[in-house]
Amino acid sequence: MKSTLLLGTRKGFIAYRFQNDRWNIENVSFEGVPISIAYADPRNGTWWACQDHGHWGVKLQRSKDRGKTWEEVAAPAYPEGEEVKDGVPATTRYMWSMAHGGNNHISRLWIGTDPGGLFLSEDEGNSFQLVESLWKHPTRKEGWFGGGRDLPGIHSIIVDPRNEDHIHIGISCAGVFETTDGGKNWAIRNKGLNATFLPDPKAEVGHDPHIVVAAPSNPDALWQQNHCGIFRSTDGAMNWQEVSEEGGPARFGFAIAVADDNPDQAWVAPADSDEIRTAIGGSLFISRTDDGGKTWKQLRKGLPQENCFDIVYRHALVSAGEAVAFGTTTGNLFFSRDRGESWEVINNYLPMIYSVQFVD
Amino acid sequence: MALVKFTYALKRFFPKLTDTEAGGKTLRAVIDEIEARYPGVTRYVLDDQGRLRQHVNIFIDGVMIKDRNALTDPFRDNSEIYIMQALSGG
Repeated sequence: MKSTLLLGTRKGFIAYRFQNDRWNIENVSFEGVPISIAYADPRNGTWWACQDHGHWGVKLQRSKDRGKTWEEVAAPAYPEGEEVKDGVPATTRYMWSMAHGGNNHISRLWIGTDPGGLFLSEDEGNSFQLVESLWKHPTRKEGWFGGGRDLPGIHSIIVDPRNEDHIHIGISCAGVFETTDGGKNWAIRNKGLNATFLPDPKAEVGHDPHIVVAAPSNPDALWQQNHCGIFRSTDGAMNWQEVSEEGGPARFGFAIAVADDNPDQAWVAPADSDEIRTAIGGSLFISRTDDGGKTWKQLRKGLPQENCFDIVYRHALVSAGEAVAFGTTTGNLFFSRDRGESWEVINNYLPMIYSVQFVD
Repeated sequence: MALVKFTYALKRFFPKLTDTEAGGKTLRAVIDEIEARYPGVTRYVLDDQGRLRQHVNIFIDGVMIKDRNALTDPFRDNSEIYIMQALSGG
């Protein structure tokens, strides 16, 4: 089992270590500072903290000694004169996703931002450059818009381990985009999605994937928890099929995780509709499918079943082998040793949890 | 020389930050001087496009600046320039 859990929270960076059969806090850093993403690069063990200071803007920190010391490096910044839309200057408002570039590009890192720019580093994160091809995509200025945040944002970056120049990204709101040449060209991959909030639900862009993930055991199997349901692709995002639960609660939510060893097994954290956005019926549960979304099972054992308002943000539900963990908007952190069949509390009374990651 | 003073909150990130004299004739020149002494501080005060961050204020002799984009507010040789956090957004 992975022995470390990293949390990005509204009030700091928190790391847990699994020792003596329980999770203990190993490190708390940046107390009081919102951490939009806490990320560990599995290639070298470097920890990253994407900070969102209320006053001082976004900042990027890294640690090469498991959080004992941190070094601020230049956060992604938009070149002078860039605009989100005509008359709206572009500045990095939020770092919403981070991914390493793969084992063949050992110095490469990607960061996705609000207001919609993707940034690439080829020097281990010492500097980041805006990916101009995506920023200049003809659909961006008119066809992308805010969803969850006021301006468009890139929350998902999926690097294909078979070909690390093959990348899918998820944008709220625009949808899924794919590059096969390391970011030089981008294709729209929204076929089969259904944006019920648009006049044309089948529009080419403007979709709201809350999060997009790929199955490690088959990177052509992609899943997304979309604003308008749960969708799955078995052909590398060329086509999406809705797999929301017929007549059941697995439909609206923010997070999705897919099993390491089974592209048909996935977890979601259902929430009560986009109008309400609380735990359904005051009780917390995770839904899991074992058959590619044909059926969903509610996993409640060990989770609060009354008077509960928790929901799970998009980066805060993860799996690793038999282990599953998730953190909630009201600061509760849960862990399962058996793929969600039963749950135990790691911590209550935490700040709002933005991101969770299993790492060695 | 104008005297630049900083909110205590910035000292969390720049512990050596202290009242600093600057000879620049524009706010932007003053900030460039501050950056030379405390590398990185500009990004805490200004955004990617060089505008004053939304939740940061600059006061010149007690008066909040008006031009948050181009930073053209005038000041005198002996002015006091305060860089403060706004009581908003954080």
